[in-house]
Amino acid sequence: MDLKDLYRDVIVDHNRHPRNFGKLEPADVHAQGHNPLCGDRLTLYANLDGDRISDIKFEGSGCAISVSSASLLTEAVKGKTRAEVQQLFEDVHALLTRHDANVDLAKLGKLAALSGVREFPARVKCASLCWHTLNAALESKSEPVTTE
Amino acid sequence: MSALPTSRTQLDVAAIRRDFPILSQTVNGKPLVYLDNAASSQRPRAVIDAISHYYEFDHANVHRGVHALSQRATDAYEGAREVVRRFIRARDTKEIIFTRGTTESVNLVAQSLLRPTLQPGDEILISALEHHANIVPWQLVCEQTGATLKVIPIDQRGVVDFAAFERLIGPQTKLLALAHVSNALGTVVPVADFIAVAKRHGVPVLLDGAQAIPHAAVDVQALGCDFYCFSGHKMLGPTGIGVLYGRRELLERMPPWQGGGDMILSVTFEKTEFNQLPWKFEAGTPHISGAVGLAAAIRYLEGIGMDRIAAYEQELLAYATERLSTVPGLRVIGTAPEKASVISFVLDNIHPHDIGTIVDSEGVAIRTGHHCAMPVMDFFAVPATARASLAFYNTFEEIDRLVAALEHTQRVLG
Ligand SMILES: Cc1ncc(COP(=O)(O)O)c(C=O)c1O
Repeated sequence: MDLKDLYRDVIVDHNRHPRNFGKLEPADVHAQGHNPLCGDRLTLYANLDGDRISDIKFEGSGCAISVSSASLLTEAVKGKTRAEVQQLFEDVHALLTRHDANVDLAKLGKLAALSGVREFPARVKCASLCWHTLNAALESKSEPVTTE
Repeated sequence: MSALPTSRTQLDVAAIRRDFPILSQTVNGKPLVYLDNAASSQRPRAVIDAISHYYEFDHANVHRGVHALSQRATDAYEGAREVVRRFIRARDTKEIIFTRGTTESVNLVAQSLLRPTLQPGDEILISALEHHANIVPWQLVCEQTGATLKVIPIDQRGVVDFAAFERLIGPQTKLLALAHVSNALGTVVPVADFIAVAKRHGVPVLLDGAQAIPHAAVDVQALGCDFYCFSGHKMLGPTGIGVLYGRRELLERMPPWQGGGDMILSVTFEKTEFNQLPWKFEAGTPHISGAVGLAAAIRYLEGIGMDRIAAYEQELLAYATERLSTVPGLRVIGTAPEKASVISFVLDNIHPHDIGTIVDSEGVAIRTGHHCAMPVMDFFAVPATARASLAFYNTFEEIDRLVAALEHTQRVLG
């Protein structure tokens, strides 16, 4: 277990200078994520252009892993369709939790910096909080659609 | 590194450390520095051996058989009760109820003393620095009865506001439930002053002693409290065993809260006659080995002396407070004039969870999070804190290791 695997330069950088940080007003969808165990709180805002995320921002406070993960997420999903986001979510989830995960790191781009987290089981939730929050935000939009 | 102070208390800490097998290991390649004693302390060899010995030679069920082992197990279990009685200076072993821990002790009082009697308009008084174990059981009983939970505020140092307490207590108050020592802030609550006022109002007092009992001698009769709750695992004993001390007059009046074996004298389908104190409150086969281990822990603590333990821990606290104050951007949360050896803190721009992970990589175990005291975190407007809690087997060198690990943390994330 090497600390440098967890706090890679990309992580430290995104924690110090989170990208797409702030509120999106107005926002088509938003959701709050809360990890009561750590006190991490974040809110994700997104605008949708049809099926595609045209813009996304987040705000909140948390540990370096949760802040940088959210920051990396916003960069990664901007311009992607729901289906593409779903695929990314699954890949990131596998990366965070499974040692045998067969994830194409190249496809993940900067998100691959999170691969060290799985060596620190207590911190996996910090990294995945923003992804669950994004899912909630996207679902809140799609729900009325599916019930109609 | 600064010159280490020489302890004035003449504890042979090196010898004491050899009694704790777990302390001599390395974690992440570094000698373990265990500073999470408020969450759970470690066990000396004497406790581990007492439990093994009990299982190897003496185990059977208690209070039931006429055979030799059952008698030995009963003697061990009831002997442990006497050890606890003496340790907290209770009048009578009937006043010592074994529970699973502080949490269960508080719940017992909530459900047995208060649930049958509380009415809408009645109030339970607690303070703003309580552990969830001394909040949620009262909320439950309030929900069940329509009574109201009232909270005495704390100030920016983490001191319970005595003047506010005097305004809040009244004829509607049915119980005052207070921490003796705060696990999140280290505050030693001057409970004697609170008890004196409560007595004038005829209000019974429950003390949550989970964090007090490992650090100083407790005399429940001198305190004059009606109930005192604590856990074995925070005072070198096993998990799953704890104590409710209750004043006999009150316990006699309280109905059992769980039914089953051991808590009865006779059972017919028409009527059951309950056992006497303390067994009335101990339904089912108890945690016999837990009680045995707890008694061994108490004997170990008594062998060193609670007053010497308290004096040495105060030296550690003073040294740690001073050393931590040299770390740039570090703020101590909880600065009451009287504290136990618990230091909560935050670092500028670094989340406590990152601190916890990084100091762990240096072999240093501290707690990070809300410490089961979320209202305290809200009051200080922090999501969480890092907490170093010191025991008498900790050393000045270990505090230096913590400080170095914090400086390392700032370099990693700076
Ligand atoms: C002040 C205080 N009260 C109550 C408890 C609950 O103790 P237990 O979990 O052993 O029941 C704790 C321990 O975390 C505590 O620190």
